[in-house]
Amino acid sequence: MKIAYYPGCSLHSTGIEYDLSGRRVCQDLDIELQELPDWTCCGASSAHVTDHVLALALPARNLALADDLGLDVTAPCAACYNRLQVTRHELAHDPKLRQEVEELLGRPYTGRAAVRSLVDLVASVGEEAVRQRTRRPLRGLKVAAYYGCLLVRPAGILQPDDPENPQGLDRILAAAGAEPVEWPFKTECCGASFALTDHTEVVTRLVAQLVDGAQAAGAEAIVTACPLCHSNLDMRQETAPGATPLPVYYFTELLGIAFGHSAAELGIGKHSIDGTQLLAQHGWSQAV
Amino acid sequence: MKRIGVFICWCGSNIAGTVDVEKVAEAARSMPGVVYATDYKYTCSEPGQQMIKDAIREQHLTGVVIGSCSPRMHEKTFRKTVESAGLNPYLLEVANLREHCSWVHPREEATTRKAIDLVRAAVAKVARNHPLHQGHIPVEKRALVIGGGIAGIQAALDIAESGYETVLVEREPSIGGRMAQLDKTFPTLDCSACILTPKMVDVSRHDKVTLLTYSEVEKVEGYIGNFTVTVRRKAAYVDHSKCTGCGLCMEKCPAKKIPSEFEMSLGRRTAIYRPFPQAVPNKPVIDREHCLKFKTGKCGVCAHFCPRGAIDYEQQDQRVTLHVGAIVVATGYDLFDPALYSEYGYGRYPDVITGLHFERLVNSSGPTGGHIVRPSDHKEPKNVVFIQCVGSRDEAKGVSYCSKICCMYTAKHAILLAEHVPGAHPYVFYMDVRTAGKGYEEFYKRATEEFGATYIRGRVSKVYPRGDKLVVRGEDTLLGKPVEIEADLVVLANAVVARHDAAEVARSVGFSYDGHHFFTEAHPKLAPVETNTAGVFLAGVCQGPKDIPETVAQASAAAAKVVALFSKDQMATNPMTAQVDPACCAGCMLCEPVCPYHAIRPETIQERVGGKAISRQVASVNEGLCQGCGACTAACRTGCIDLKGYTHQQILAEVEALCL
Repeated sequence: MKIAYYPGCSLHSTGIEYDLSGRRVCQDLDIELQELPDWTCCGASSAHVTDHVLALALPARNLALADDLGLDVTAPCAACYNRLQVTRHELAHDPKLRQEVEELLGRPYTGRAAVRSLVDLVASVGEEAVRQRTRRPLRGLKVAAYYGCLLVRPAGILQPDDPENPQGLDRILAAAGAEPVEWPFKTECCGASFALTDHTEVVTRLVAQLVDGAQAAGAEAIVTACPLCHSNLDMRQETAPGATPLPVYYFTELLGIAFGHSAAELGIGKHSIDGTQLLAQHGWSQAV
Repeated sequence: MKRIGVFICWCGSNIAGTVDVEKVAEAARSMPGVVYATDYKYTCSEPGQQMIKDAIREQHLTGVVIGSCSPRMHEKTFRKTVESAGLNPYLLEVANLREHCSWVHPREEATTRKAIDLVRAAVAKVARNHPLHQGHIPVEKRALVIGGGIAGIQAALDIAESGYETVLVEREPSIGGRMAQLDKTFPTLDCSACILTPKMVDVSRHDKVTLLTYSEVEKVEGYIGNFTVTVRRKAAYVDHSKCTGCGLCMEKCPAKKIPSEFEMSLGRRTAIYRPFPQAVPNKPVIDREHCLKFKTGKCGVCAHFCPRGAIDYEQQDQRVTLHVGAIVVATGYDLFDPALYSEYGYGRYPDVITGLHFERLVNSSGPTGGHIVRPSDHKEPKNVVFIQCVGSRDEAKGVSYCSKICCMYTAKHAILLAEHVPGAHPYVFYMDVRTAGKGYEEFYKRATEEFGATYIRGRVSKVYPRGDKLVVRGEDTLLGKPVEIEADLVVLANAVVARHDAAEVARSVGFSYDGHHFFTEAHPKLAPVETNTAGVFLAGVCQGPKDIPETVAQASAAAAKVVALFSKDQMATNPMTAQVDPACCAGCMLCEPVCPYHAIRPETIQERVGGKAISRQVASVNEGLCQGCGACTAACRTGCIDLKGYTHQQILAEVEALCL
């Protein structure tokens, strides 16, 4: 399978380990990623509170680039994925808006390229493929699969399997041998872009709720599919003295471990909360 | 020479407020064939009708056009009027100047012009009307009632009490329906079983009622007064003529852990079972799917212990053919699956239940003997959160309507909880509290004022476990603040929805249903218990959500319609039926599949062509079945089917009058 790859800004900076691990996992699963040439920012957290048309034009430009390649496009970042999907939906349902966006871009926009999240892409390859590719099943690793808001909302546009209790990530992780726990905060907000403002206390409060919830459900780690969720959970956990914080992984990192890569190859050493220790305890740090 | 009279009704200001009625009457005077035209404030009133009669006699009218409201409203009335003046009732046309003109257009010149056009078309048509005469068909004076809930029971009792044979068919092993599952009824808090079970017994013992439980209607053929119905009696594997209902078989049956449908899976039943102790008939059936004898070939305990030798593993389904004159459909409802709201966790958290589960928990003959306990640990709950509108009024979930009963039954649950569990606190999340009904608002007030129920206006966003509690998170929209309640039990008021197989039932009996699969009444105001198929009537929630008082009222209304039909030996038929001209019919039978009433069948006729006798196939219309919809006349390629009262010639005359 070949698909256009839209890394978005995070995956070239704060979320570089998501990029590293995502590319390896896709390669292992015979998914060929072709990075969009000359891609630009999708506008994510700031454009849509500034100007509605601008917020659509920025993702539309990247969608048009995928059109040129004649490929569908995958966006690992949940915020990018969300903006691309919403743009595609709005422009498909409003010809006037589409015309306005085309004028702004100075090029045609067809809307042919479909958008897929990385979770959806891996899930579509199938649990069986994941199971077969797994060299060391993540046996005994209890994880809380965390989807956040942007992978599932607005449900009418994104059409997730279940906007309140999604299963895609859980299934993939289970196929790799891990034990996803049943927990109630899968789609609660982490505080998202408040981390970039003066109101970081909002993020701290919401992250605490998520971490407490995951721990109460018996999870040893939280697994995300979003660079913003990851940095919030990774950087804003306030731990009581003496307690160990909960490591936070990208799902591609854990798949990479299951597929036999080393923690170093996958960039797991880049986390604020040490993610390598838990893996070392299981003897999974090195490549096999 | 035609002599047509035209009467333009003001309908108070309904028509006259928008249309210049005098001008319409004036214009009518110069239309071909019109000898008399006038306008009048209320044509349907007694003096209005008298005016028409007088004009028919004085002016020797041969046709009448009335420009008024929709013919669905008063055509019947006006037919009687002209008939009493000696004119054939089908020499009348109604031009719809209200719904089709004055109500939908502004007051301006063009509206009056349209009214004149509508009258001109009606005048052109009535000039080509022929007298039509009603036929008569015999009426089989026996009724079929489908569904043995409170609606079906009430309808069957009312018809039987009027002296007519009634067959009551119920799919389940016992009659009683949903009402049998309820504990108390609002707003009086009568015990549901105490008011229902006597009626169940009455209907089963009534000498005019034949009760067919564990049976399903498979096929309905025929027409008003003359239906032929096939009923499948499902094999109970128990000969009910021998069974005394002693219950020994149920005591001995080794398969004891089957979730009881009647108890909403909160209780267990055996493989040979009756749904509940007060079942009517109080005789068991064997659930083949769970019976060890059927599953493994071994067992046979019930047959061994039955003192009457009533167990019969070889019993087969039987088909019974019934001849009935009228059918009352009272098939009830299902409940919306609340698992579709995954934020409430129904199906994942055992202490999130539905209102019907709560009814069983609070019922003294229920699985807990009337003790309200949590399904998970059988502890008594203190804080109970009730969530309203689970499905109802949520277009995103496909249920746009209000289920009508939930506000009231939740108020009842709040009261029952406070009465049963000392110190318990009911919380109710609601969108609006709808209490339209006698004594209903007062009942709701009691729940809040006397029993301390806390009503919170807002939706719940999430229910999740914390320890052994359930945290209910929502918004209080009156305070504009999020709220969080630690509950022991959460009760969801899930929407009333049509039976899963409602559409199938409607198709097999032959009447229409709406987008939600509730059965459609013939007219929402003026024919609320009739269907568009003559002789088929509706009762209860199968027609739309309603509570018990309304259901009983509707059931009695349906029974009254049946009894009125049976009060005559013969029934007048609608003469506006399709008519085939066999001389030009090619026998292609394209008309047969388009007929929604199965009224057209091929018929072989004998002819002499060139001195030789030949036989050929032509279409033939059963006038008893034909409802005069006209679908066949449009499908007929040779144009040799005509609808009496709406012939091609009449309709083309209307079109010409409008367009040329």
